[in-house]
Amino acid sequence: MTGERRVAITGLGTITPLGIGIEPLWEGLMAGRCGLKPIEAFDASGLASRLGGEIPGLKAADYVPKSYRKSVKVMARDIEIAVAAAHAAVRDAGLNTRCLVERGEATGPVNVDPTRFGANIGAGLICADLPELAGALHTAAENGRFSLARWGHEGMNNLTPLWLLKFLPNMLGCHVTIVHDAQAPSNTITCGEASSHLAVGEAYRTIARGAADVCICGGAESKINPMGVLRQQLLNRLATGWDDTPDRACRPFSARRRGIVVSEGGGLLILEEMGHARARRARIYGEVIGFGASANTSSWTQPDPDGAGLAAAIRAALHDAGVSADAIDLVGTFGGGLVGHDASELKALQNALGSRFDGLPAIATKGSLGNAGAGAGALDLAVSVMALAHNTLPPSRNTDDPDPECRLAFATKDPADARIRCLLSVGYALSGGQNAALIIRKYEE
Amino acid sequence: MGRRTVITGMGWVTPLGCDIEDVWARLLRCESGIEPTTLFDARTFPTTFSAEVKNFRLEDFLGADAARHADAARNSRFALAATQLAWAYAGLDQDPPPRRERVGVYLGGGEGPIDFDNFVRAAVDGWNDDENRLDCVRWAAAAAEHLNCTCEIEQDPNMAAAHIAVQFQAAGPNFNTLTACAASTQALGEAYSIIRRGDADVMISGGAHSMIHPLGTTGFNRLTALSTRNDEYKTSSRPFDRTRDGFVLGEGSGILILEELEHARARGARPLAEITGYGSTADAFRITDIHETGRGGIAAMRAAIESAGLTIHDIGYISTHGTGTEENDKIESLAIRTLFGERAPQVPASSVKSMFGHLIAAAGAVELITCVLAIRDGILPPTANYREPDPNCDLDYVPNAARKAELRHVLSNSFGFGGQNDSLVLSVFEG
Repeated sequence: MTGERRVAITGLGTITPLGIGIEPLWEGLMAGRCGLKPIEAFDASGLASRLGGEIPGLKAADYVPKSYRKSVKVMARDIEIAVAAAHAAVRDAGLNTRCLVERGEATGPVNVDPTRFGANIGAGLICADLPELAGALHTAAENGRFSLARWGHEGMNNLTPLWLLKFLPNMLGCHVTIVHDAQAPSNTITCGEASSHLAVGEAYRTIARGAADVCICGGAESKINPMGVLRQQLLNRLATGWDDTPDRACRPFSARRRGIVVSEGGGLLILEEMGHARARRARIYGEVIGFGASANTSSWTQPDPDGAGLAAAIRAALHDAGVSADAIDLVGTFGGGLVGHDASELKALQNALGSRFDGLPAIATKGSLGNAGAGAGALDLAVSVMALAHNTLPPSRNTDDPDPECRLAFATKDPADARIRCLLSVGYALSGGQNAALIIRKYEE
Repeated sequence: MGRRTVITGMGWVTPLGCDIEDVWARLLRCESGIEPTTLFDARTFPTTFSAEVKNFRLEDFLGADAARHADAARNSRFALAATQLAWAYAGLDQDPPPRRERVGVYLGGGEGPIDFDNFVRAAVDGWNDDENRLDCVRWAAAAAEHLNCTCEIEQDPNMAAAHIAVQFQAAGPNFNTLTACAASTQALGEAYSIIRRGDADVMISGGAHSMIHPLGTTGFNRLTALSTRNDEYKTSSRPFDRTRDGFVLGEGSGILILEELEHARARGARPLAEITGYGSTADAFRITDIHETGRGGIAAMRAAIESAGLTIHDIGYISTHGTGTEENDKIESLAIRTLFGERAPQVPASSVKSMFGHLIAAAGAVELITCVLAIRDGILPPTANYREPDPNCDLDYVPNAARKAELRHVLSNSFGFGGQNDSLVLSVFEG
């Protein structure tokens, strides 16, 4: 829209089963690595699938100032991931925040005004720590049955006083804004797998309208906990029957796709007003030029058979960017590996992109990364932005036996050269029907 | 001047009822929606009372369509009912319908209540007493048997917005924010921004939440955030009073129809008020405490007033966050005093949480509706149960009796756990 401020992407911070930071993620995907394995965090052998994508060796205490280390005790895993991702993002962007200065990692004094620094972070329904909660609940059992009277009277005292604060979705944003001293608008989007794209879109709007100069945005979630896996099992969404071949289990747009693999991960991007970025000579990965959002109106649980909702979001983003479908050189797909949802996504892309759909270079990350819920979209977006910056298409695992309706051009085994000027990245909620699309262009003065 | 955002409809489901005029009259009479908790047996809990929505049936609002939403969680059902009321209030149920892709949803919606009995059963069944640990394999079997797919999916915080999109064929931008107690004010501020920019012409916005379930009450009781005046529950919610001892958990929904002015005019809809300013900030201080100077709240109020092109001298009333906790009320009063300076004692600032209880994510939306009504009728809703002044709270809280006042611009505050601060400016509509 004319009169609005331009918005650059200047930092990428990702925490995934392939490692801490954007480099191990990018290099891992380029090398065709898969982060999905049998779950080690708890005994998952009683669940329909034992597979998951776990982040190895993550400790939030490694990413906060010394004075804040005690606070990690009240961080659910989702929050820890967000805190780690924020650290990676500000470092990647060369932003000297309070955290980096206090940790002695800054390249100079604080170089972002806290009152102009905001946050838009997507979060899931954070599952209570089941062993912890069950440990308290069982103290209120009488003869093997739970007694609510006993719980109210004494059982609940076995929970730490701050228990509730571990699981409020806005605590991702709260801890991140405290650690990095970000006092401008702070929003928490809770729309399932669409959360990251919606949060990045909101950050884009917030900066464009002048309510902040810099925003940390994206999302994080962990589905690697007993309730997280069980919920997907009850929804019949897990890819079962692949326990012995986890690297083949999640198959985006494949003719043999059977479902998702749960995982954990988070991606936070630094969005920055163009003049602000230029003034501090920041590296600019790309420019956000379009955002669109929509809702499915056919069902709140089932995918739209004709993909009308997602197509509308893509069209809105193209219109917002002032570009036609022909300008798109890359699509970062959601590609969860679900039969109905993937088919709906293909329909949406085809409807919105028309003839550009056939042979369009594309990326699907979930064969390697699984489904990190509210964090998934930011990981997809960060990978697409790296592809834009490197003019390279990383291989998309398990896309080598495509559904006949899938006429996108994935790199299946090896990376492929691709001239990319403008990319489309899409995200949508598996339940709830929220859709979002973003358009990112190579930076040009 | 860009696109203007007016309010053309409103609906609520509250502990005092669901009819706009009737509930408003009860608020002006200082009536309380607080009763002993009935949704579960809370008799042994530190807090045994709450502000429940009573006798609620979705069929009374949606008629036969209620059956489509039979699986919806309590919060989503509240949201559907409030949206139906607001939609009809705005006349959007009349032909021709608005263009569906220009109608969006931005809710500050909470998660659905946990499937408590079944969840607990699985947890207890899965506990290995001999080893004093959870046996995940045993738990998985019990959980797969007792928990069900629908109850789980309907707990997701985006489901209320999803049900609304289908029921009202709102195909435009669809968001849910969950910034604790600030959520619906933030949602309304963002919905206002979406209309201003032109990304939609109509936004269904507000919030819905119900945390009156054993784990919700447990969580707040453990934080010692709730009043425990079990013997005086009717008067337990005492914002700004010296004897306040915490908030009272409420539930419900408030939904407003935000509409671009020309769109409203073209279909002959009557603007009830205009949203003219929005400010949002983070304390970036602590997850448990508000910054002692109130800097985040001050910045949010200032940003809202400045973005409306106004000064503090234009604000005639403040709908406070006013929870009735020691800390919130003290620091919110300080923030108002700091921002408004010498004028602070002359700006009436009340809290309807004294009667509604605290609707958590939905609080800001029902409070904004009271602001619309205050402007319309030229009357300020009171702070009930205000008896003993607190030297730390020295503003005009409109104690115990509604009061006439001619209003042009009012400010509505919501502050959430973790330092989320959101303020809106609502103005009398002048064409």
